[in-house]
Amino acid sequence: MKRIKLETIVDHSVLIIGSLIMILPVAMLLQMASTPDIETMRNGPGLVFGDQIPANFEKAMFEASGFSGENTGLRMLYNSLILGLGFAIGKIVIGMMAAYAIVYFRLKFATLAFWIIFTTLLLPLEVRILPSYEIVQKLGMLNTYQGLIIPLIASATATFFFRQFFRSVPEELIEAARIDGAGPIKFFVDILVPLSRTMIAAMFIIMFVYGWNQYLWPTMITTDEGMFTLVRGIKQITQTLEGTNLPEYGKSNILQIIAILPPVLIVIFFQSWFVKGLTESDK
Amino acid sequence: MAQVTLNTLRKVYPNGFEAVKPASFTIEKGEFVVLVGPSGCGKSTMLRMIAGLEDITQGDLQIGDRIVNDVDPADRDIAMVFQNYALYPHMTVRKNIGYGLKNRKIAKDVIDQKVTDAANLLNLNDYLDRKPSQLSGGQRQRVAMGRAIVRDPSLFLFDEPLSNLDAKLRNQMRIEIKALQRRLGVTSVYVTHDQVEAMTMADRIIVMNGGEIEQIGTPAQVYHSPASTFVASFMGAPPMNLLDALVAENAAMIGGQTIAQFAGHGPVTLGIRPEDILPDPNGDFEINVTLIEELGAHRILHATWAGQTIMVSVAKDVTAETGTMHVAIKSDALSFFDAQTGRRL
Ligand SMILES: Nc1ncnc2c1ncn2[C@@H]1O[C@H](COP(=O)(O)OP(=O)(O)O)[C@@H](O)[C@H]1O
Ligand SMILES: [Mg+2]
Repeated sequence: MKRIKLETIVDHSVLIIGSLIMILPVAMLLQMASTPDIETMRNGPGLVFGDQIPANFEKAMFEASGFSGENTGLRMLYNSLILGLGFAIGKIVIGMMAAYAIVYFRLKFATLAFWIIFTTLLLPLEVRILPSYEIVQKLGMLNTYQGLIIPLIASATATFFFRQFFRSVPEELIEAARIDGAGPIKFFVDILVPLSRTMIAAMFIIMFVYGWNQYLWPTMITTDEGMFTLVRGIKQITQTLEGTNLPEYGKSNILQIIAILPPVLIVIFFQSWFVKGLTESDK
Repeated sequence: MAQVTLNTLRKVYPNGFEAVKPASFTIEKGEFVVLVGPSGCGKSTMLRMIAGLEDITQGDLQIGDRIVNDVDPADRDIAMVFQNYALYPHMTVRKNIGYGLKNRKIAKDVIDQKVTDAANLLNLNDYLDRKPSQLSGGQRQRVAMGRAIVRDPSLFLFDEPLSNLDAKLRNQMRIEIKALQRRLGVTSVYVTHDQVEAMTMADRIIVMNGGEIEQIGTPAQVYHSPASTFVASFMGAPPMNLLDALVAENAAMIGGQTIAQFAGHGPVTLGIRPEDILPDPNGDFEINVTLIEELGAHRILHATWAGQTIMVSVAKDVTAETGTMHVAIKSDALSFFDAQTGRRL
């Protein structure tokens, strides 16, 4: 008989317990989403799965929960996607361009500029939320995608990582490109961007998930139900539960699962890409 | 092909360091010039000024009939091969070679033709669709060469292109580069710290030290008539023996024995190549051999002569033992240097 080492048992127990801690809440959500609301109301979360998922899914996606009739699940999913993508792409584009300017051009105060940008790491949106709100409001950007996305973009994380990355690109490569007649824009587009693709993928994962999961800022900036994101909208549903109506457990739980999915998919999709890029050993 | 003229070209880095002291020379059309010197002597700086990658602090640089001080590297009609190849890692070999042409807005079919021709010349046909990471060091070096020749430049610049290769490949690539340059007839400036590369490849050698040009000459001139003790000891392996000698009554003497007739007075440095000291039972001079290095084709004897250490190179069929040995000296092969300045007398 093959002997099983104690180590293996411990390793696996830790992994199994860890996975259970992660999976059980999701399973609970699924269970509640699959049972009729009335039963959930009566018995609380249980172990028996019901057949309500398709019905609840349809309700969650296409049936509005607010007064305006605009915040269907589909609409909120769309808004969340815009926020996640807009935030991630905006952050990467601006971060790369800022880092490019700081690293490759002999700007007089490049280092100073970099450190000023860097200090914004100490000022995430939550810290400057009131002034940011005021600015967005005065610019008339309440309940707009711009208002949702732009203030979140203003911080240095991406600039910082791209700066570190660009500094590791060999000098000779830049010189070869200069001799090959690549001007600043060509060098950026033809060489720097392709070289940075693993970095871009990593940034995209982090930033998309960060943007997708935003709660406080969207709550402040969007009052129009048609602009609600999933993460913010689910809260709205749970709030309307109080009252004489039956709480819509099924719908809200399905929405929560839908809210988890895109970040998970993004991580899974980009991760393989990311690892491939890393092992190809470019540069 | 172009003639290149440097007129008191000087480089001072922003931190105030003078990396290249005013240098003037002319490189003829089609000539292969090697810039050689120890690491840090300013060779790369000189080359990079010619390439336009480094600003010229002072002086004029003329390529062909243009002063190019303020011309962009891409517009100087040059090509450069770097030490670390500097290939674009995300592009295939084909794209790497063609990238410069693409930027010049040359028609795609013309680029394809030129890339194919260059690949033929360099035996790279089978690798055109690979990425640099899938190539060996020698192949990468060839791609870097391909990128240079595909542009038909009037000047090739090389910055230690072979120093990342192993010894065998280095010898092979050395010959390939030289042959290619002969075939294409393109004026070339080649930077290396390896004196063997310099001797074997150059039409003319420029020896640099501490930002200054020590000597410009053919390999034979540099080897046989070094302009300074620095050149004498830098070029040649083993290097030239440099001995303290005394000149009196028109004779240079070591240990009281006259070596050769020489006009002057006082101390001088006498240079003699290891192969110009000949073992000879009837020789006038006596050395004391302390160590014998076997190199196959020849042997290096380490010895002392009147209290100074010397090296003697002898053919493999010469019997040699440690201990006292009589030698003769080829008196026409001697070099004399000022004992203070080290300049040739
Ligand atoms: N950007 C720079 N700023 C200041 N000093 C430099 C710079 N680049 C090179 N140097 C100095 O100039 C000298 C010559 O450098 P380099 O031309 O690269 O030497 P080589 O190629 O002969 O080894 C070295 O002493 C080096 O430290
Ligand atoms: Mg160098």
